[in-house]
Amino acid sequence: MSGRPEHQAPPEIFYGEDEARKYTRNTRMMEIQLVMSERAVELLCLPENQPCHIIDLGCGSGLSGETLTEQGHVWTGVDISSAMLGVAKEREVEGDLLLGDLGQGLPFRAGAFDGAISISALQWLCNADQKSHNPAKRLYTFFSSLYGCLSRGSRAVFQFYPENSSQVELITSQAMKAGFTGGLVVDYPNSTKAKKFFLCLMTGGQQPLPTALGVDSREDAPNCVTFSQK
Amino acid sequence: MKLLTHNILTSKCLKGVTVGYPLGIVAKEVKVNEVEFNPEFISRMIQKVDWPALCKAAENLGHLDNLPPAVVDDYENNEEFLKKAHHFLMEIEVINGDLICPETGRKFPVTDGIPNMLANEDEV
Repeated sequence: MSGRPEHQAPPEIFYGEDEARKYTRNTRMMEIQLVMSERAVELLCLPENQPCHIIDLGCGSGLSGETLTEQGHVWTGVDISSAMLGVAKEREVEGDLLLGDLGQGLPFRAGAFDGAISISALQWLCNADQKSHNPAKRLYTFFSSLYGCLSRGSRAVFQFYPENSSQVELITSQAMKAGFTGGLVVDYPNSTKAKKFFLCLMTGGQQPLPTALGVDSREDAPNCVTFSQK
Repeated sequence: MKLLTHNILTSKCLKGVTVGYPLGIVAKEVKVNEVEFNPEFISRMIQKVDWPALCKAAENLGHLDNLPPAVVDDYENNEEFLKKAHHFLMEIEVINGDLICPETGRKFPVTDGIPNMLANEDEV
């Protein structure tokens, strides 16, 4: 299936001025992003009624950041597209913005954040956009720096669009190598349209994964991932 | 870039950098905003903040006035202290300038409030 954005160009090229503007004018797409952001924050399992310091990874034009602000949190966003960050600035989002490449590692002090969210960004890290890029190495550099800048016991939740099961394997293996525990939560696993993947990573040692939405009530319905080979 | 963000930023993703903290600031444009005061958030952030680095940053910006030189005891219940901390962490913003790696001197430009932390391929 052609048409996956990350096969067309590196993210900072794909999300140039035109696309960046389109992204924040498409109301249906904004609605989807909003719902996914709210779900991601829910999966973060932050302490109730406590304003937290969150990092938004691949923050783009600030759509997901606005959900964080709405819920009373203070956030910082990192993105590789200056066009998207420009749109975020125009929209006057509350969070501080940084221009950066997740695959180069996160430039933050130990324990700086109480949590991390990422909406529709992680799949971009699986591409080798330059000859020198080694996706596995970049993923490991990213995850180990993320592990370091999260305070103990905090979580990172990534909504993303895996291309296939080996991509999921690549991502989760590098995350585990970096010290995270956790796994994939698949909401609405039986619906092609509604199915959403959330990688839930934890720093505090193995804990039960949150329950997925829309799973069958059959006794033996799996709450873990099964992939159709497409 | 607020001073809270500067307080947690490092250049340690660069090859050959050990600590990379704190980053020096040379600011060409600084803005002071009004941000809603959230005492609970500030109280929790003070545990993470490197206070000497905050003082150094405020000094670099020429905005040192009024910043307490150290965290006071029982700060959680000291509204005046929390308000001052809030002002420096959340209301002072670097709009244009450079952040400087303390080990290599490498500059990270700040443009329109956004630090550019992108490293060249041969730097990581």
